[in-house]
Amino acid sequence: MKLLKTLMAGAALVVGLGGMAHAQDKTKIGFVYVGPVGDFGWSYEHDQGRKAVEDAFGDKVETTFVESVPEGADSERVMTQMALSGAKLIFTTSFGYMDPTINVAKKFPNVKFEHATGYKQADNVSTYSARFYEGRSVIGHIAGNMTESNTIGYIASFPIPEVIRGINASYLAAKAVNPDVKMKIVWVYTWFDPGKEADAATALIEQGADIIMQHTDSPAAMTIAEEKGILAFGQASDMKQFGPNARLSSIIDNWAPYYIERTQAVIDGTWKSGNTWAGIKDGMVEIGEFSDKIPADVKASATALKDGIAAGTIHSFTGPINKQDGSPWLAEGETADDGTLATMNFYVEGIEGEIPQ
Amino acid sequence: MDFSSISIVSLLATLMVAATPILLAAIGELVTEKSGVLNLGVEGMMIFGAICGFIAAVETGSPLIGFIAAAAGAAALSLLFAILTQYLLANQVASGLALTLFGLGLAALLGHKYTGIKPPSSPKLDLPILSDLPVIGPILFNHDYMIYFSILLVAVVWYFLKFTRKGLVLRAVGENHDAAHALGYKVIRIRVLAIMFGGACAGMGGAYLSLIRVPQWTEGMTAGAGWIALAIVVFASWKPWRIILGAYLFGGVTILQLNLQAVGVDIPVSYLSMAPYLVTIIVLVIMSADRKRASLNAPASLGRIFHASN
Repeated sequence: MKLLKTLMAGAALVVGLGGMAHAQDKTKIGFVYVGPVGDFGWSYEHDQGRKAVEDAFGDKVETTFVESVPEGADSERVMTQMALSGAKLIFTTSFGYMDPTINVAKKFPNVKFEHATGYKQADNVSTYSARFYEGRSVIGHIAGNMTESNTIGYIASFPIPEVIRGINASYLAAKAVNPDVKMKIVWVYTWFDPGKEADAATALIEQGADIIMQHTDSPAAMTIAEEKGILAFGQASDMKQFGPNARLSSIIDNWAPYYIERTQAVIDGTWKSGNTWAGIKDGMVEIGEFSDKIPADVKASATALKDGIAAGTIHSFTGPINKQDGSPWLAEGETADDGTLATMNFYVEGIEGEIPQ
Repeated sequence: MDFSSISIVSLLATLMVAATPILLAAIGELVTEKSGVLNLGVEGMMIFGAICGFIAAVETGSPLIGFIAAAAGAAALSLLFAILTQYLLANQVASGLALTLFGLGLAALLGHKYTGIKPPSSPKLDLPILSDLPVIGPILFNHDYMIYFSILLVAVVWYFLKFTRKGLVLRAVGENHDAAHALGYKVIRIRVLAIMFGGACAGMGGAYLSLIRVPQWTEGMTAGAGWIALAIVVFASWKPWRIILGAYLFGGVTILQLNLQAVGVDIPVSYLSMAPYLVTIIVLVIMSADRKRASLNAPASLGRIFHASN
């Protein structure tokens, strides 16, 4: 046992020294993921972005990542470890890493941090996110047209602005083409738990949903939709292989261009703290290929909607829109400003149920 | 709010599906702990069983072979823990945690090529007449075979521990390994077998997740089910039948709150999700408040290292 311990300590030392030797000539970049890189959803796409950085810069960079990091104190430890081992730029890729990122950034003023989907910045902390709600509008439009039971099931993760925005955007788009549409929402309080996501999908189907949307990270709901013969959309990643018949389209996150741009800025020494919120126009949100199940006219109108959003002529939140309680939010023709969208904490009129507190 | 749209029949059916993985893992861990070994590697053995079962089922087309492979694979993995703790006398808590990390990593590695594949579907029990009975049919006679197997397994474990000589020996080893050793029982051998039984059960629980409940392979798909199984053993105060109660309670609360939400009932979701954990903590508090009862239930040698020279 003693021998084993000595051996392990020795091995750890060698690994540590090896890491330090490399840190001198390469720019080290760290990535913190909330799920496993093999989730084929959210974390998978962030890892594709990391690989794109490696491909683009080759020997000039060295990337490391830690997967399945719980949101909270654990993530602070992981970030600190990354900063201590010489990372110059750290991407923290989940909403719940917001306060830990700010805390760690205070301790390491020379390390740059990039926090995904949050709203707190500092001199060395940027935030970035994609306008997923633009994609939600497109798939909401398709769902509104395709549902036969007029019931769309929505698997939601946590009641944060990003998720609520997605629910509102898809509901508005579905309602615009189908006034009878209803949205049933289930909160699972997890980003990644295939078993629970599958159970939520089953519960929604039980309640009459014939199309499932999700704001969680695993393809479990897609698998259940395929099994029960109903329809669904890929989330964060295409997910076609999990539901060849069920999948109608998908919202794909493409982080690669942003990650490459920010890495270049750190190498050049031009990195500045900022807030990036890019959508379909910039290619950060992509709409996956349309399934053959979608009728030609719906394909055409969905494409027109997508192109309109990309061109800036259509906004997902265009008045008149009332809040759930009936109080007016946007007047005729008015569009929502980013500030309101970033902190959205209310349902729009027509959605049933309450946002859990 | 329309409660009537929740179908009790399908609610019970999904409840059983949600509870079976933790039920299987927990009954295995109960036997391991009864022999005096605390194996915290349940999560790792479950996920390893999930991928072993998935690969075997996909390659052979038979879910049955999948479950057998899951049991064998996870038992083999648990043997690693057995060697570390029983022969090399390593700390059980540390070894168990290491087993979880190792299992998660190894499963991810093996499963690399198996994402996005649909496993063969498992047959359901279909008895003439019985399965077609209204209400009772779908609740009792129309599940996949593993659900019946898991309940049968609990019954067998209960009978084994309570009424057989071998079960008594296993309990003796867990209560006082020195005395058992003095009486000539092979403490190490019995514990290794108990660890492997625990591994096999956890493996089948994992395979149930990847072959029936979700059915797909995703990295890290057990998402903490192994830890819940560990908690349920304590919740059940090491009594087999209470394992069923605990697992179905956990599964039931999860499924019920999802269904209530889908129907549109306004309930504080976050409180309901934490309810099973709260209950476990309360049970722990009650148990430790009464020392006599606690000492009756928890195996006295739990987690202690045995060495024949002691």
